[in-house]
Order: sequence, then structure tokens, then C-alpha cells
Amino acid sequence: MNSVKKVVEMRGITKRFPGIIANDSITLSVGKGEIHALLGENGAGKSTLMNILFGLYQPDEGEILINEKVVQITSPKIANDLGIGMVHQHFMLVETFTVTENIVLGNEPKNGLKIDIQSAEKAVEKLSNQYGLKVDPRAKIQDISVGMQQRVEILKTLYRGADILIFDEPTAVLTPQEIHELIEIMHNLVKEGKTIILITHKLKEIMAVCDAVTIIRRGKVIDSVLVKDTNPDDLAAKMVGREVNFRVDKTEAKPKDTILAVEKLTAMGNRGVNALNNLSLEVRAGEILGIAGVDGNGQSELIEVLTGLRKATSGRVLLNGKEITNQSPRNISESGLSHIPEDRHKRGLVLDFTMSENMVLETYFHPTFCKGGFLDYGAIDKHAAKLIEEFDVRTPSIYTPARALSGGNQQKAIIAREVDKNPDLLIAAQPTRGLDVGAIEFIHRRLIDQRDQGKAVLLLSLELDEVINLSDRIAVIYEGAIVGIVDAKSTSEQELGLMMSGGKVMQGGGNDE
Amino acid sequence: MNRVIAVFTKESFLVPAVAIILGLLTGAIAMLAGGFNPIDAYTALLKKVFGNAYNFGETIRQITPLIFTGLAVAFAFRTGLFNIGAEGQFIVGMIASTVVGVSFDLPAIIHAPLAIIAGAVAGGLWGAIAGYLKAARGVNEVITSIMLNWVALYFANWVMNAFFIPAGKQTSEEVKDSAIITIGWLAEMFDNARLHWGTLIAVLAAIFFYIILWKTKSGFELRSVGLNPHASEYAGMNVNRNVVKAMFIGGMFAGIGGATEILGVFHYQAIMTQHTGYGFDGIAVALIGGNTPFGVILAAILFGVLTFGASGMQFSAGVPFELIRVVIASVIFFVAAHGIVKMFIKPILKKKKEGGN
Amino acid sequence: MKKVLSVLSVATLSLSLVLAGCGSKPEAQPQGQTGSNGGAPAAKAIKVGMVTDVGGVNDNSFNQSAWEGLQKLQTDLNLPKENVNYLQSKSDADYVPNLTQFVKDGWDLTWGIGFLMGDHLKKVADENKNAKLAIIDAEVDAPNVASVLFKEHEGSFLAGVVAAKMTKSKKVGFVGGVDIPVIKRFDLGFEAGVKAVDPSIQVIKVYTGAFDKPDMGKSTASSMYGQGVDIIFHASGGTGDGVFNEAKDRKAKGENVWVIGVDKDQSLTFGDEITLTSMVKRVDEAVIRVAKDLSEGKFKGGVQWLGLAENGVGLADTSTKNVPEDVLKLVEEYKQKIVKGEITVPDK
Repeated sequence: MNSVKKVVEMRGITKRFPGIIANDSITLSVGKGEIHALLGENGAGKSTLMNILFGLYQPDEGEILINEKVVQITSPKIANDLGIGMVHQHFMLVETFTVTENIVLGNEPKNGLKIDIQSAEKAVEKLSNQYGLKVDPRAKIQDISVGMQQRVEILKTLYRGADILIFDEPTAVLTPQEIHELIEIMHNLVKEGKTIILITHKLKEIMAVCDAVTIIRRGKVIDSVLVKDTNPDDLAAKMVGREVNFRVDKTEAKPKDTILAVEKLTAMGNRGVNALNNLSLEVRAGEILGIAGVDGNGQSELIEVLTGLRKATSGRVLLNGKEITNQSPRNISESGLSHIPEDRHKRGLVLDFTMSENMVLETYFHPTFCKGGFLDYGAIDKHAAKLIEEFDVRTPSIYTPARALSGGNQQKAIIAREVDKNPDLLIAAQPTRGLDVGAIEFIHRRLIDQRDQGKAVLLLSLELDEVINLSDRIAVIYEGAIVGIVDAKSTSEQELGLMMSGGKVMQGGGNDE
Repeated sequence: MNRVIAVFTKESFLVPAVAIILGLLTGAIAMLAGGFNPIDAYTALLKKVFGNAYNFGETIRQITPLIFTGLAVAFAFRTGLFNIGAEGQFIVGMIASTVVGVSFDLPAIIHAPLAIIAGAVAGGLWGAIAGYLKAARGVNEVITSIMLNWVALYFANWVMNAFFIPAGKQTSEEVKDSAIITIGWLAEMFDNARLHWGTLIAVLAAIFFYIILWKTKSGFELRSVGLNPHASEYAGMNVNRNVVKAMFIGGMFAGIGGATEILGVFHYQAIMTQHTGYGFDGIAVALIGGNTPFGVILAAILFGVLTFGASGMQFSAGVPFELIRVVIASVIFFVAAHGIVKMFIKPILKKKKEGGN
Repeated sequence: MKKVLSVLSVATLSLSLVLAGCGSKPEAQPQGQTGSNGGAPAAKAIKVGMVTDVGGVNDNSFNQSAWEGLQKLQTDLNLPKENVNYLQSKSDADYVPNLTQFVKDGWDLTWGIGFLMGDHLKKVADENKNAKLAIIDAEVDAPNVASVLFKEHEGSFLAGVVAAKMTKSKKVGFVGGVDIPVIKRFDLGFEAGVKAVDPSIQVIKVYTGAFDKPDMGKSTASSMYGQGVDIIFHASGGTGDGVFNEAKDRKAKGENVWVIGVDKDQSLTFGDEITLTSMVKRVDEAVIRVAKDLSEGKFKGGVQWLGLAENGVGLADTSTKNVPEDVLKLVEEYKQKIVKGEITVPDK
């Protein structure tokens, strides 16, 4: 390692934001041809550091060396000139433009005053072949898959001559197959002499592709190690600051009365065809029922019907024996159902409301908080302070807008709110999506606590590990119907995988249609 | 934490303030280009507004309807709606108050409030039409409220012509004395400037705006729906009902504005050959005022001073009053393009920060 | 080349108009000074202001005409240039403060231009009994207000005669602003003039409802010309600009259409290739007349009607360009009959 030339060196970088030190004298050193991971929980300061390297922020202290020369990166343009390119987590592409147009945007080859699209296409094709980034230069962005769009982002940086590529959480939006392809692409890039900095909190990926890893916690560098000298448990402990348990400890479930009964439920999807077909299932008090399935088999629609956000065309939903089919979300919520929505930004929070206001989003009208039409902000704030304390939501204040919190803390806040309603049934949809290890562990613990307190929990997740680890029973959904229900202890990924792909397996106690 | 709040409030205040200065400078450049002396012009403008009691009173008269229409636009905006229809709501408020003011004979204590309430309800219902079409049919409220402005204008002329205007006249009968809300003693103090209770009502309306949005259950729902309809639906709020409600309340503000204009300023309604313009200026007032009630009052004052003072500018300095429109347009431009403004104030902020450290 | 020239001339013309409007600072003319030495030296240096209606001082119509009258007054009486001034009104609400501004500032005479200002002027006059005011086109019943009205019907009658003699399609049009008594006089006089020449000629009438909407004027004219009308007489202030524009467009395409202008000689603004003639309302003369009365101490309140006999209305001098001599002769005959009272033109 020492013999390798250092392409990026950041020394003693400090960046303060009002009320928080995002980076506290961070030192990072990346050698040529290296894939270097930047590991840390959400809000640890990884993105801030990379935004400084890319010229979006200016550090308050510290210096940056590129190719062993001190530089001032005051704008992304300068970063570009220095050969630094960033592949953002949220793509910055013009949907109605073609792949080529997006790649050359702002750097177009000109033919007089006209853009020379043909030579642009040739250049794109050449790059695409050189690095094994398969794209159709003439396809429109809106017509290609997410994985393909990411390749366009990568090509964009390469087209601008980047030698140092920063990937910001590149796998968050990809399917397993696409992740596999991305890893391949990264290897190709390094082979061609590029250097990669990978921002991630996924330990699996680091072990699979990276050479070295720098771990950041709360704005400070905890350690910088070679991947071959470490292991996932060690990394997780360093990232979170304590031992992390991947296996969820839980006692045997003691299921009691049926809380939720779904009978032959049918509902239309957004495309106007049935998304749910005569779906039936039961959840009992004191158990977690997990729903496993490939995305798009009716999971979202099921939850929307249960929570009143979508109308069922036939069938019944019973909560505690009382029919709640097609009632309003408010009625259902008040009947004892809590819901952790799968998209916390769209459904779960009003991002521009304060934390305090978000904590009473569903209960603001209760007599505790509302008297004679006026809100009692004293009571609301007290309530929020209590929940934030209890659920360890890290926020500068209860008056901070939800937008300013990290994803993990936003999710903790939602769970705090939903659990606090003391529901009979808790529906958790993708409760840990996009969260880091620490937050995931916390959330898993809370769901099991709910079960142990005798609540019924309906868990929906696209992460098979999570479903298997948390659930007591697992129902497999396929094309809008439950194709089988298995015992979580005795099943395997293989068995579930087969059922999820439509192969029907009858297993003990399954009450499929 | 306090520092955070301080910085934010400072910036939210600084941006419009700097935008106004930049707007005035742009206007000054335009004047110089036209061969006028901008200092003379602005002096004349201020002299017109503050020079004597009468004109000062008339400036207040000019500001009052702008507060109402500014609130009407800002309120809807807080709920995620773009109310271009304040003009129409203002006009139907005028109609309703004229109808009540002319047709009934009641004690003043009942008559004037009734006429104002009639204006409020009429404006509210007019706004609610656009809200209903949005909620029930998904029609963009921008389109419907623009169209309703024209409907209101011609509807007003028809109602007046058909029922209230004597043959050969251009104006309706005067409203009964009991409906008039002119403040006689105050008007006298201001040399017969047309001052009326509407100004006080406008300030109360701004307070009402604040209380309803930030202190009540309804306001919680309205803001929530405005910021994130999906989450509001999830949380059990009726999004559509809130859309209609927001447009109703917004329309009410404009409607009261129209009513007080009739009852306080004109005492009759004239056939209108064009829109009053208050509703459209209200959009700019709301924008410059950052859609906050206090901001709307300040922006209305700015707007009122500039438009009323403009005639002084033309009168004493010979600058055509169209130039004040250049100033106003520039202010709006700089508020909307706050990125440019931030570029200008960046050095100031930086210096301040360094000084603070 | 011709086109370029006409564009240029329009440009210079409009530029000069804009400058005239903005200016209010005519250069001191040495001739004017010498000339006025022999004039009425006893007259005191009166201050005369005017308030325009929403049409503004560049409306190519009576506001502008009134302002031109005031400027002429200034040179005629050799007044300091700040002794005449105007205020423009942006909306109905501005009339009272604008009028009040002149009154409170102690101006000797304040003009309200236009019918729309009647009630407002009355209010200001009642509140300031010592002030002297005057108004065009409206009757205001107050001892300190001089109301000047025109017998537009008489002048319009002559315009009707011209239209009737010149139309090829036997269809003529009338575009009115708002349906109010003043405009009604134009309408009825015009129709009477047309019918006096040839009762079979059709007169199509439209009231646009606005004095400041050129777009409506244009669309109205478009539909009239589309129906076969070849001459339009407009009495619609700024709305009429649209009528001229439409005529210009059609003329460029070879259609033989005409407009009869109103209030002032509009051929000077829109060119004589489309302006057949104009029914001139000598607002400028009226403004000067009343102001001169004042400067000679003869101002008195009350109504004055100015008709053909008083030279308050009539056809523009430039009519000779497009109207043949025999037609003008006929016009003159009718004029004499009206002046002598042999013909009474309807006004209601």
C-alpha cells in the first residue's frame, strides 16, 4: 500500500453546521486503483465529506490533496477539472432526453452551432465498451431501468474525464441482479486505472468489492483498515460503536386470539387490473406474521386496503371481529390499527412539519391535544419530548423539521408514534429499508417487544433475511394471493424462494385459498 | 439552537429586504436611462405618501384591500393551492355587500356587519367553487380560479345593471348609511381621506390567519395537507375537504376586502370595465410577504406606498408612473429569484458570521 | 421600401407621442414669448391641472386631447410650465385622491376628464367649496363646477353622412365603448346621418363594454369587417386602437376598409391610409375656453353644451385627403342645416 501513489488525501477536514459538527478533523487517504469504502451510519458525516471533496461544500478547516498536490475545490466544476466525478444516489438525469444527450449535457461536441450527436454517440459507445457499461445510446432515460440509469450516471463522469469516482450509496436502488452487475463494473473501472470511493453502510458490499475501508462515526474517523484484515462483525461494531447482533433474539411466540382476519379480499391495482385476488390471512395476538414475496405481487395494495387508503372490490377485513372493510383511514386507525408505511417520506411524515407536530399526525384531534378546536401545543410538545426520549430519536430539538433528520431517526420517530398509539395490530411495511445496522437492530427489537406485549404484528419486507429472522409465521404472496404459510423456524430461503416465484408448496397450517 | 433560529429569521427577513432594495435600484437605472433623476423621483414618491395627512390616509386606503387579497392568496398557498382567483372573490364580495347594503334597512350595528359577512360568504363560496372542482374533478385550481375572475367581473356588471343601477347611470344606488363603515372622525383627522374600519378588519384577518393555521386543529390539517397530501391521507385527514375549506377561507379574506371597499370607500358599486387589480396584486403581495400574515401586511404596505406614491413621482418629478411598475416587477423578480439575492447578501452574511465567531 | 418607410414613420410617430406624453417639459419657445407680449397682460398666472380617467394621457383620445389643450394654454398664456400638470388614474379608486391633490395644493382649476369621474368630482367639489373644478362629458350639479358637454350627435351625424356616401357594401359599423349617454349620442347621431343619406344602408352596432381594451376592439372590428362592413365609426377610447389595427391588417391584405376616428384627428396617429375622417371633439378647445374664462375672472359653474355651432364638434381638417370634395360639400350643407336648426339630430 505504501508504495502506491495517493490520489486523494483529505487532512483534518472539519465542517460545522449550525448545531452540529458534521466532520470533525477527518483524515482520509485513498491510493490509486483502490476501491475505498466510506462506512458509517446515516448521518455519520460520509456524504458531507464527499460533498466537500466534490466542491459542493467548503471545509471550515483542513486541506485536500489530489495527486499529492494541495488544491482548493470551490465548485463541482473545479472538482471535474481535477478528475473527480460523483455518481449521486438520486440520479440527476433529464427523463425525456436520450442516454447520449444526458451524458454529453453541458459538454456537447459541437458542429458549428449544432450539437454533433453522431460523434457524441460514438464517444458514448466507445466508453461503454471500454468499461463494460452496457447502454443503448439512443434510448430515452424514461424508458430504461434504474440499473441502466445508474450506468448512464457513471458514463457521465467518465465522459468528463473522471479518474476518481465517488459512488453515493449506489446499491440502495438496485435489484440483487443489478447489484451484481455493478460490482462487476467497479472491478472493470479499477482495472482501467480508475479509483473509486464508495459511500455505503452495507457490510456485504464492502466485503465483496472493496480494498480498504474508513469507518466514520458521528463525524469522526474511527478506523481505517484493509478489508482483508477485517470481518463484518468487526466493521459493524466499529460503525455502531458497540457489538451488533445480526441474529434477532426472541422467545417462542404465544399466539392468542385472532386480531386481524382477511377474507377473500380483492382489490384493483393502479393499472386497473386486480392486484389482490381473493386474498385471505389471519394474524393473532402475540405473533409476527411476515409476508414474503417478490416486489409487485400485491403487498403494497394489501396494506393500502387494510389501512383504508385503497378500496376493496370484494371480501372482508375484520379487526378484533369488527368489520373495517373500506372504512376511512381515520376510523381504521382509531379501531386499533397502527401502520409504519413503506415510504416514510411520502406517507409517514410531513417533512416540513416539526418533529413535535409529526408525532401527533394521527392523534392531534384527541382531547389530550385538542380542546375546543384549538391545539394544546404544550401537551403536544411534552408528548413529543417523551417519545423522542423513549425511542432515542436523535434530533437537535422537537422543533426541528422532520426533513433535517437522518432516515434512521425519521423511521424511529414513526415507530415511536405508531407504537405509542397502543394498537392491537401493528403493520410494519419495509420498516428498515435504507437504514443502517444500528437502526435496524433497534427497530427489530421494538417489533418483537410489541409482539411480546401481546400485539399482533404484520410485517411486510422485501428482505428475505428480515422476514425469516423476525416472523413467527411467514405467508408468501404471489400475484395477489397467499400461496402458502410456513413456520419461520422450519423454513429455508430455498423453500420460500420457490414459493415466491409461483411454485406452490403446501406446508403445515397453510390456509391458502 | 437560538443561533439557528436567529440565522433563519434573519435570512427570511433579509432576502425580501434586499430584493426590495435591488428592485428600487433597477427602477433607478431605468429612470436614469430615461433621463430622469431617480433621487428626485423617489423623494417625490415618499413626499406624496407622507407629505400630508390626506395622502397618508389615502395610502392606508390603498393598502387595505391589498392585505385582504394578499391573505387570500397566502392562505391557499399554505394549503398547497395557487389561488389566482382572489380578484373574482374580491368582486363577488363587492356584489354581496352592495346587495345587502342597498336592499336592507337595518340598524347600523347589524347592517354593516351583515354586509361584510355577506361579502365574506360570497367570496368564500366563489373560492370554494374552484376548490370543489379541484377536489371532486381534479381540475387545476389555477385554471378555474382565473376563469372565475372573468365570470365574477361580468356577473357583477349584470347584477348591477339588472337590479341596482338606475337608468342612464354607471353606478348603483348608494348603500344605506347604516351599512357604511367609513370612520367619520378619523377621515376628518386625515382631511377627508377615505378611511374605514376595513383596515382594522384587515389586521384582525391577519391575526385570524395566524391563529387558524398555527393554533387550531383545522389549521394543522390544512397545513399538513398543503405540505404532504399523501401523509395527510395516511393520517386520516380528508384531503379533498381541506382543499375546499382552504379555498373557502382564502376566498373569505378576498370577499371581505371587496365588501370593505364598497362599504368604506365607494359606498356604491360601479360598472367595471376592467378588473380592480387588487386580486392580482395580492399574488405578488403574498409572494413578497413569504405567505406569512405579518409578511403580507408588510408587503401590502410596500405595494400600497409604491403604487399610491407613483402618482406623486409622475406629478412632481415628471417620471411616468409606469416606471413604478418596473420597480414592483423587479422586486417580485428578485424575491422569486432569491438565489440572485443570496448571491448579493452572501458577503454580508459571511462577514457577520466571522464577526460573530 | 414603402413598407419600411411606413414602419419607420409609425415608429417615429409613436415615439414622439410617448415623448410628448412623458415630457411635460416643452422647450420655451422664443416666438411664444414675444407673441404673448401683446396678449392679455392682465391675466394672472393661473395653475390648471387635469386628472385623466383610466385611459391615461396617451390614449389617443380625449385624455390626450385635453392634455394638448392644457399645453397649448400654457404657451398661449405664457405660463410657467409647472403651472399645468396632469395625474393619471389607474383605477376608479384613484379619481378622488387625484382630484383632491390638485385641489389641496391650491390649483386654480382642476379638470376631471371623462364621464366616469362625475360622482367622484362631485364629492371633491362638495368637500372643497372654494375650489374650482370642471369636467368633460358629465353633468355635475355643483356651483363650483363647470360641466362641459358636447353635442357628439351633431358631429357624428356628419360622420354618418361621410360613411353613407363612401360605403361600397352598404354596411357600416359602430363600435362603442360603454353603453352610456355620451356614447349613445355618437351612436344615434351617426345612424341618423347615415339614414339621412340612404335609409337602406345597414348600421351594425357593438358596445364592447370597455374603453381600454384594444384586444376587444380588434376582435370586434374583425367580426364586423368579416360581415361585410367596410367603414367603422368607433367611439371607444383606447379600445378603438384595436379597430385601427384590424383595419391596418386588412388594408395590408388589400381589403378596402376604413375607420372613422373619434375625439381627435386620429389620422395623425394611425395614418390616413385607413383613417377616412375623424369626428373631432374639441376637448382641447373646451379646456382652453374654460381656463381662459377663469384667467379673465369669468369662470362660472353650470352646464355648457358645445355643438357644431360652437365649433365644439366637427370633422377633422385632414378629411380632404380621403373624402372627395362633393361629399364634403354635402357635409357642409348638412352642417348648416343643423346649425340653423333645420335638422334636429336625435340624442336619446
